[in-house]
Amino acid sequence: MSALIVSDLTVDHGAIRAVDGLSFTVQQGELAAVIGSNGAGKTTLLRALTGLKSTKAGSATWKGNSILGQKPENLVRQGILHVADGKSVIPELTVEENLNLGGIWRRDKKDVALAKSEVIDLFPRLGERLSQSADTLSGGERQMLAIGRALISRPELLLLDEPSLGLAPLVIEQIFHAINSMRQRLGLTVVLVEQNAMSALKIADAGIIINLGKLVAAGKSADLVNDPALRAAYLGY
Amino acid sequence: MLTILNTSLIGITAGSIYSLMALALVLVWRSTRVVNFAQAGQAILSTYIGYEVISRTNNYWLALPVALVAGAVIGALVDALLIRSLTKRSANGPLASIAPIIATLGLLGVIRSVVGMIWGGDLRQYKAPVSNIGFTFGHTTIPFSRYNLLIVITTIVVMIVFTVIFQKTSLGLALRAAAFQPETARLAGVKVDRIRTVGWAFAGATGAVAGVLITPQSGLSPNSLDSLLIYGFVAAVIGGLESLIGAAVGGLVLGVGLAFIREYVNSNLEFPSTFVVLLLVLLIKPGGIIAARRGRSA
Ligand SMILES: Nc1ncnc2c1ncn2[C@@H]1O[C@H](COP(=O)(O)OP(=O)(O)OP(=O)(O)O)[C@@H](O)[C@H]1O
Ligand SMILES: [Mg+2]
Repeated sequence: MSALIVSDLTVDHGAIRAVDGLSFTVQQGELAAVIGSNGAGKTTLLRALTGLKSTKAGSATWKGNSILGQKPENLVRQGILHVADGKSVIPELTVEENLNLGGIWRRDKKDVALAKSEVIDLFPRLGERLSQSADTLSGGERQMLAIGRALISRPELLLLDEPSLGLAPLVIEQIFHAINSMRQRLGLTVVLVEQNAMSALKIADAGIIINLGKLVAAGKSADLVNDPALRAAYLGY
Repeated sequence: MLTILNTSLIGITAGSIYSLMALALVLVWRSTRVVNFAQAGQAILSTYIGYEVISRTNNYWLALPVALVAGAVIGALVDALLIRSLTKRSANGPLASIAPIIATLGLLGVIRSVVGMIWGGDLRQYKAPVSNIGFTFGHTTIPFSRYNLLIVITTIVVMIVFTVIFQKTSLGLALRAAAFQPETARLAGVKVDRIRTVGWAFAGATGAVAGVLITPQSGLSPNSLDSLLIYGFVAAVIGGLESLIGAAVGGLVLGVGLAFIREYVNSNLEFPSTFVVLLLVLLIKPGGIIAARRGRSA
């Protein structure tokens, strides 16, 4: 069953068309990697899906409900969590306060506490640094914190914008491993935006390749990886 | 020696009120990035409401909370009805950052005229609920009365209450997150628009408390809080405009500093000195005494 259905989505930044008639679907419980180079429109796509950017045309539904035009804070309440690019943590707050922020709107405080302890199990380094200012974290730890905060909101659909950005290969591997294990355990649907095609497609079920806002190819990640033309032109390995 | 002590006491009382006004400005600045000149108007309107309660019931202790609630409601309304749509509409234009500030100046004028129409321009008075005559030790009377003590204690209580709210509650966490990174806060589920309105309500309540506290000593007229707005603004800037502690420290530094200038230099220099202090702070420590980065988390 397709849980996320995007059709003919078009988004402009002034005169620039950043997303151009894009259509794709993501199955429930699937991890889909959205691959594209700088300026392909990946960030714009995510921002449009979570209400941070207004759209020109097209539609997007999650489990049958339209999500376009809704506010991000309301989508959060429907289980749609967007972890923005640039390790979006709030440096003025402590690690623990950043985590708590993810549960602030939830009424079930018992489950918030449970989710928090699960996140600390998943990323023990956060647990050791709870009272530290988030400012003092390394790039990888910040990414863990941003993902951890989203998990405390008990997401059903997690949209991650380039979690590997600026991280060392070993750290990227850790983060991707964590993403993969948690989504299998929690049955999450994940849209993983990446330039790092190789690492992303390794853990992804499906791949969506975009260029200049248009769809280039979509399919099982294994099939995409084995297509010599795509490899040469878009996957860079 | 006694003069130094007396001057300090006068400065501490004045500085407490400046701190409250500074806090009101900081709360709005942090939540919306607007310097709210209308704060003097909001506070004067709230104080007149308190004055009405006192003239009817002769009960200061009822007037204070009524004015406080009125101040909160007025603050929330100003944000929800005016500032919110203004910041949205002018988000990208050339006037983007300045439109809301000009609007608060306009609103100050509007509120003052309305207050003038309702209550007239005469100076009104109400009595302090406790003695306004300085404590006496033997043969010396110090310029610090029970009422001054009340002012200082109320200020300390307000500061403690806000510190606890900001540091220990979910509402405080949401307020801080919305102030530092509104987009990240929204993506975490914080209803940033509403949270900002809460910030305006807190500010309005604080300004109302300042107005009710100062009136037994200064009298009440449509523009009787204008100089307090300026002192509060300078105190907020001294404190870095971002932090509660900064507002408290800034108010006290300014209050005590001005008291000494009046006593030891020339009483006519008090008002101009305020601006000299402002300029010196901007030149020497542009971030304020409490550096923004550290101040923000406090
Ligand atoms: N706020 C903006 N104003 C104007 N143009 C923008 C804005 N944001 C993005 N663009 C343009 O839209 C296009 C798509 O940008 P987008 O940030 O979505 O790409 P991306 O795939 O996320 O790139 P990257 O991998 O570098 O993050 C680019 O041409 C970019 O210059
Ligand atoms: Mg991007």
